[in-house]
Amino acid sequence: MTKVIRIPWLAVYAIAYLVFLYLPVLLLPLFSFNDGTIVAFPLKGFTLKWYAQLGQQDTLLQAMVNSLIVGSVTALMATSLGLFAARAYVRYRFAGRELSEGLVMLPLVIPGIIVASSMLVLFISIGLKPSLTTVILGHVFVALPFSVSIMKSAFDDFDQSLEEAAFDLGESVVGTFRRVTLPIVAPGIIASLLVTFTVSFDEFVLAFFLSGNSPTLPVYIWSQIRFPAKLPNTLALGSLLLLSSVLLLLIAEYFRRRSIQSSD
Amino acid sequence: MAGVLRSETGKGLALSAPATLYVGLLVAVPLCILVAYSFWTQTYVEIDRKLTWANYQEAFTDPLVRHLMIRSVAIAGAVTLATVCLAYPIAYFIAFRTQKKTLWLLLITIPFWSSYLLRVFSWKLILGFNGVLNSALISLGLIQEPLTFLLYNEFAVVLTLAHAWAPFAILPIYVSLQKIDRSLLEAATDLGCSKLERFVRVTLPLTVPGIIAACLIIFIPTVGDYVTPALVGGSQGKMVANLIQVQFGAANNWPLGATLSLLAMLSVGCVAIVFVVAVTALGRRIR
Repeated sequence: MTKVIRIPWLAVYAIAYLVFLYLPVLLLPLFSFNDGTIVAFPLKGFTLKWYAQLGQQDTLLQAMVNSLIVGSVTALMATSLGLFAARAYVRYRFAGRELSEGLVMLPLVIPGIIVASSMLVLFISIGLKPSLTTVILGHVFVALPFSVSIMKSAFDDFDQSLEEAAFDLGESVVGTFRRVTLPIVAPGIIASLLVTFTVSFDEFVLAFFLSGNSPTLPVYIWSQIRFPAKLPNTLALGSLLLLSSVLLLLIAEYFRRRSIQSSD
Repeated sequence: MAGVLRSETGKGLALSAPATLYVGLLVAVPLCILVAYSFWTQTYVEIDRKLTWANYQEAFTDPLVRHLMIRSVAIAGAVTLATVCLAYPIAYFIAFRTQKKTLWLLLITIPFWSSYLLRVFSWKLILGFNGVLNSALISLGLIQEPLTFLLYNEFAVVLTLAHAWAPFAILPIYVSLQKIDRSLLEAATDLGCSKLERFVRVTLPLTVPGIIAACLIIFIPTVGDYVTPALVGGSQGKMVANLIQVQFGAANNWPLGATLSLLAMLSVGCVAIVFVVAVTALGRRIR
């Protein structure tokens, strides 16, 4: 009897697809340690010098500081707006709720170039020069849908009776929010802060249009891509950025799951 | 006032107002200004506020604009088709053929938590003349000369974007597959459907909502994509976003840029509506 071996084609395809997905992401770190200025096989040898050189570039460090400022302020603003909106969507049934929810999600589906060009035109029209402030205003707009959806899932499983109990025991509205609601949804807030920070930290097109003379990190990288001599440094910087984004979002994912579990 | 705020509607509106107003104002006000700009003209730094159809005339008569607009929609269509076709088997695999669903979903989303700009840049390095793929193939002795058709054309744009949008296709299709009542599939088999028939007549029609969602999420932003055509498109792969950026940058013709933005938005909307109507009708017919 010959046993027919059935090849699980779908599983083979799935593995091949994973390789396709990870290839570009793993390539940058691989070549950032390569002791050569062109990105091609065979690899030349291991070096850390491209990373060491990064610390000496003042424009890069300034762009990094700009990105950190923009990311932090964006995260705080988007998460505050998202926190209250999500609370309203989950807790209350009111006229215009669906309209408002749909509108708040809209930034996800508008092409970036249209958001960028229309905001540039708006800010110039009201006399706001391109700067980090305009980038922040733009980033809050694109980060808000992420914050709202994370906060909605945090409030979704929130047990209403805990708040009612606090009221009955004489706590005020603000006190209940601060001492009961907030601690329970705190993991959701942390997840939202981290995700919106990363959205802002990685965003390019809006920052490209709105940053004026103070580039954020992606805008700085864009300016470096054109110079072949800077390629190894760009790879090193890119690898650090990839690593920090993935780490931040893994932490965010951990908190997001905790926020869903804790309320069960 | 206090009475209104204590009611359900009042509380809901008050809490959601800041976010709603923020997004609403930043959508509506720039749109109005964009419309106004599209009827103005610009000479160097001066904006001439006399109303005119000149920009629309230019946009409709200039062969370059028409060409780029058609190409943007065509490339976005190709990207959508490629991404959804490549993603469907993966979604199917995760929904039906593996126990480790959470692990697979995590594995698929992790690469997309990294910067989009850097992923596109990485594709440029992979596909280049002296790039990773060519040098690897030459080292392995599979080719003698570097392949030149990889970078700076429509193919590179479609490949890069099919990679960039992967999870946006996989996740909605996975959700719709996961929702399918398994007893329907058993019933189809019991009633004598072959595996293929069962897929075409039961599984596929039930995932139409997921497919529509995936297509819209991919198609709409892709028409206006700037980074990918700029980095890997070359002159053959330029899209309308690149032209818009030039109008706001080097060419310094904001009114024309505003007109092009509006026209791009309109064409995306029209194609999306036609698509949803067509697919919904098709889905009903299969069943």
